Amino acid sequence: MFSWLEKNPFFFAVAVFIVIAYAGIIEILPDFANRARPLEGIKPPTVLELAGKHIYMKDSCNACHTQMIRPFKSETDRYGMYSLSGEYAYDRPHLWGSKRTGPDLKRVGNYRTTDWHENHMLEPASVVPGSLMPAYKHMFKNNADIETAYGEALTTKKVFNVPYDMEGMPKLGTWEETQAIVKEQAQMIVDEMKNQEVKDAFARGEIREIVAIIAYLNSLK
Amino acid sequence: MRPSNALNYDYTVAKYFMFATILFGIIGMAIGVIIAFQMAYPDLNYLAGEYGTFGRLRPLHTSGVIFGFMLSGIFATWYYIGQRVLKVSMNESPFLMFIGKFHFYLYMIVMVLAVISLFAGVSTSKEYAELEWPLDIGVVLVWVLWGVSIFGLIGIRREKTLYISLWYYIATFLGVAMLYLFNNMSVPTKLISGYGDWWHSVSMYAGTNDALVQWWYGHNAVAFVFTVAIIAQIYYFLPKESGQPVFSYKLSLFAFWGLMFVYLWAGGHHLLYSTVPDWMQTMGSVFSVVLILPSWGSAINMLLTMKGEWVQIRENPLIKFMILASTFYMFSTLEGPILSIKSVNALAHFTDWIPGHVHDGTLGWVGFMTMAALYHMTPRVMKREIYSKSLMEVQFWIQTTGIVLYFASMWIAGITQGMMWRATDQFGNLAYSFIDTVTVLIPYYWIRAIGGLLYLVGFFIFTYNIYKSMSAKELTKEPFSASPAGVRG
Repeated sequence: MFSWLEKNPFFFAVAVFIVIAYAGIIEILPDFANRARPLEGIKPPTVLELAGKHIYMKDSCNACHTQMIRPFKSETDRYGMYSLSGEYAYDRPHLWGSKRTGPDLKRVGNYRTTDWHENHMLEPASVVPGSLMPAYKHMFKNNADIETAYGEALTTKKVFNVPYDMEGMPKLGTWEETQAIVKEQAQMIVDEMKNQEVKDAFARGEIREIVAIIAYLNSLK
Repeated sequence: MRPSNALNYDYTVAKYFMFATILFGIIGMAIGVIIAFQMAYPDLNYLAGEYGTFGRLRPLHTSGVIFGFMLSGIFATWYYIGQRVLKVSMNESPFLMFIGKFHFYLYMIVMVLAVISLFAGVSTSKEYAELEWPLDIGVVLVWVLWGVSIFGLIGIRREKTLYISLWYYIATFLGVAMLYLFNNMSVPTKLISGYGDWWHSVSMYAGTNDALVQWWYGHNAVAFVFTVAIIAQIYYFLPKESGQPVFSYKLSLFAFWGLMFVYLWAGGHHLLYSTVPDWMQTMGSVFSVVLILPSWGSAINMLLTMKGEWVQIRENPLIKFMILASTFYMFSTLEGPILSIKSVNALAHFTDWIPGHVHDGTLGWVGFMTMAALYHMTPRVMKREIYSKSLMEVQFWIQTTGIVLYFASMWIAGITQGMMWRATDQFGNLAYSFIDTVTVLIPYYWIRAIGGLLYLVGFFIFTYNIYKSMSAKELTKEPFSASPAGVRG
């Protein structure tokens, strides 16, 4: 049988494909409907938080930080309640990561503050002596891309029925409405920060990357 | 149209891809060495502003070596081996020649754009699939062109039976195509909403499902780029170089179909103790252990091919490269299943043992085999003998030392880290704060960086040797052996 296959490349390729494809079908498909359900109380990210998540992805924070607390005592003691599938229902893409050079961040919003994050991004070793993390000073210079975040939120609402604008859920509205909402949320963070340049920029109507990423990190609870 | 004399194989495209292999090898490995030193000495992050931080360079390193170095090597060997085992020359078909060149140039364009976009931070954040959708389409086109080249050449073959290497090339083509397409499914946000950057997209899958698809891809891209395609190479080059037939046809059949059947199930071992269902984690774990059988099947087949001819190891550095590659393949495919056992995984997951595991496979198996393939091809493609056998020896030992330093330091670092994370004092409280588990690893990071540097130095020696070979005097007949003159045939 095999020597026959080896003389018929077409059937050979079909056979290979069937043999490699079905494992995925069995393992992946059954879970899709089941695991897409959000946990009670889980909300999609606001536009500012989403812009922060994009910065997190842009600088590959997930290369060193995980967002997956495993069900071990040592991890729940250190980071909080272990992760549940329904908590990630609005996480596109997931940011579980595969390596912990730094600690897990799934619930970092519970135990770090805006002020702490600000110092940490500017000079990591100032708050964690011995830290290997690079300083992310450019986040204090670059503006966050709110429009792309809005585009993504609107897309997920339209395509995947993410419940923006529903009762008790973050409001999306039009682009003009969104800008006002984003500004309001950013104001609260800027007020808690000390960096004068970020405050001045915000007064001019610019939202620095650091503001958005802090909004995102604070939302991880 | 059987030719009256020996076929005149056309290696133009193979030659292009050989250059690409060396170029991306240097770039990808150099960035790897930089980020290794950054972990030992964080001040190195600020040499180039935001473009020089670990976060920006890490995807460049992985993409550079996987899709630049290794894939170029796979393409180069295909354009060499394909013609020879199918007994047909590319210059017999202007169409396939055009496709081959088009394949190369499009690939180079996509790679250059990939480097630029990753430096700029345009990333989907999915490991080993960071490129955004416009580049994904470019990658798919490159892949389709390679497929046309494979099946086109098979279509006009004179040799009716497909040689073992071809099974593996076909599997690489199909496997990567399937994995890449499904993992990169995303919705371009500008097209739907009208707002934001045109290149931005959002994943089709959310949360746990996204992670499932990502690691089904992530693990099996390892299978079909690092494993399957490299086995294709060793099944051709080792018998050619040693003059020995493959030990067992039956064993190669078993190993091939076994690998195809088992490998795809094993992706679940990346998600042990995560939020994917238990039965899936168990399947991933069990199948990872079963995977030892087909993996070792290939490796044992290779080692037994040398039965009675082990003396060649002493005389021919190329055989040495290939045997070391097979040995590291066995080593790495034993280590993988061990890491997939749940209790071991609980300790090792998220630690430095994992990069250690990846690198003993990629540096030892993939890197050594790719360089061996280039050493074998250069004399035949360029019609020149290899410049220096002793440089090959020097390179071999420098790089082997580098690999040993790399995986040994990462093993110790990983186990130390895992033990410290879970350690508790006599009252049951955590014994260490997180930063304690980081600073203790600095010495191992230095050792790893030095190991990586040694490997890179070896790669420069390799490049120099190939360069000197190319600029040497042209031979009038096909070289007797890939190795320097005077070696047994």
